[in-house]
Amino acid sequence: MMRVKNTPQTNNAVKMSPCPDAYLRSDGRKGIRNQILVAYLVECAHHVAREITYPYREKGAQLIGFSGCYPNPYSFRMMSQLCTHPNVGGVVLISLGCEGFDRKALMEEIRKSGRPVELLIIQETGGTSRTIREGRSKVEAIIEEIAHVPRVEMAINELIVGTVCGGSDGTSGITANPAIGLSFDHLVDGGGTAIFEETGELIGCEHIMAARAATPELGRALEACVGKAALYYSTMGHGSFSPGNADGGLTTQEEKSMGAYAKSGSSKISGIIKPGDIPETGGLYLLDVVPDGEPRFGFPNINDTAEIAELIACGSHLVLFATGRGSVVGSVISPVIKVCANPETYRNMEEDMDVDAGRILEGRGTLGEVGDEIYEKILHVASGGETKSELLGHQEFVLTYKTFDPAIPMGPSCFPNDL
Amino acid sequence: MSPFLIQLSPKDNVLIVARSLAKGERYEIDGQTFTLQEPLGLGHKIASTDIGIGEKILKYGAPIGSATASIAKGEHVHLQNMKSDYLPTFTLDDEGEKYSPNK
Repeated sequence: MMRVKNTPQTNNAVKMSPCPDAYLRSDGRKGIRNQILVAYLVECAHHVAREITYPYREKGAQLIGFSGCYPNPYSFRMMSQLCTHPNVGGVVLISLGCEGFDRKALMEEIRKSGRPVELLIIQETGGTSRTIREGRSKVEAIIEEIAHVPRVEMAINELIVGTVCGGSDGTSGITANPAIGLSFDHLVDGGGTAIFEETGELIGCEHIMAARAATPELGRALEACVGKAALYYSTMGHGSFSPGNADGGLTTQEEKSMGAYAKSGSSKISGIIKPGDIPETGGLYLLDVVPDGEPRFGFPNINDTAEIAELIACGSHLVLFATGRGSVVGSVISPVIKVCANPETYRNMEEDMDVDAGRILEGRGTLGEVGDEIYEKILHVASGGETKSELLGHQEFVLTYKTFDPAIPMGPSCFPNDL
Repeated sequence: MSPFLIQLSPKDNVLIVARSLAKGERYEIDGQTFTLQEPLGLGHKIASTDIGIGEKILKYGAPIGSATASIAKGEHVHLQNMKSDYLPTFTLDDEGEKYSPNK
């Protein structure tokens, strides 16, 4: 694939600093949003947490949580990374009281990051109404406190952008995905960090991908990573392929994969990360979303939102979402920019789409032009511009059980910080 | 070649339909004219050459599966005449009810 020179980046001073008003956190990380999270630590606390959040939705309060009653290192790490994400200013934790989640350890992690954090235990506070009342006053106090977070400039090399595709059809892989790939090339050229994911959607392109690895060791690790995904999905009996994909003209997993792979652009691949790992240097990274070891707990990711949550846990300030059939989702914590691959879908669902990539098919623009537009949109949203899904109030979130074996680290060769 | 048919790589043996086509619409490949027997949605594939049983289907210059029937030039290439070389493709039946693997 050809690299398209990004002229706007060089002739506009504003573009050198994608976010002139970033939020500086006590831990030194910079965010592009200033959210307050209300987090339930078991499904039993979900209703109370939602009621606490609801009146403050317009003031940045958002709901996340983990439904399960049994503790799980993956979900703990996800919650910890999400609660200390640079787009998050403060957190109110809502516990029922008897669940297995290690609330003290989570509170300690958030406190160590310098963010205000409060914990309410429903059984100790005295039930639903009292906890909702106390929770709301704590949210109000945090809103007041984080209104004074220092605002600083943030450069491209401090920006992390993730990408995902959902509701794919035969157009995704020829318009939106390669255009996202071009915007990733611009981002990586500028020193920024780009993350692509869903190893199950790379089945069939592992050898082509391995050839782009920064080192031969990393190339072998990329192949092994996709091999693990193929085995996992075979055991589940399904690939990452939905009936809508076939209606949209896609026939096989590997056909969908080739299209999905185009989102990674043409930069050298610098490393493999797992959910919750935050790349320390700029470059292009593959997020390995498939659990280690014997398949347990079902599908690697039950839906697109689970993948978005993992990209955000890896530090993504914003997420690029390519869709052909027409997904409407957004996310908590980080804005989602929807890039619509199919011109017919765009006309039908324009209110949900940020970029009309399908115009390439109708001769109303080139791949390079759409790639530049996506890059401009990244800078606009990083500077505070709202996405369609933010304007429509989308705040999807889901977190399930998974197993990642700490005994199978990716190893230094797979995460070469010196590149 | 008809302007609404796209070849993604010169190695490919399929073309991509760039707009939805109605039954009876005519399209042209290498000077040969074909008439569409069924409506065809944007993003679907059409064979740009004759493809034998077991031959690889190439898109983006890469294999995306194998032919399960002999496919004539100009024919729609999809679940009825090709399969994955990795994992079975699950689809809903015409009524949108039964979810089963494609043979």
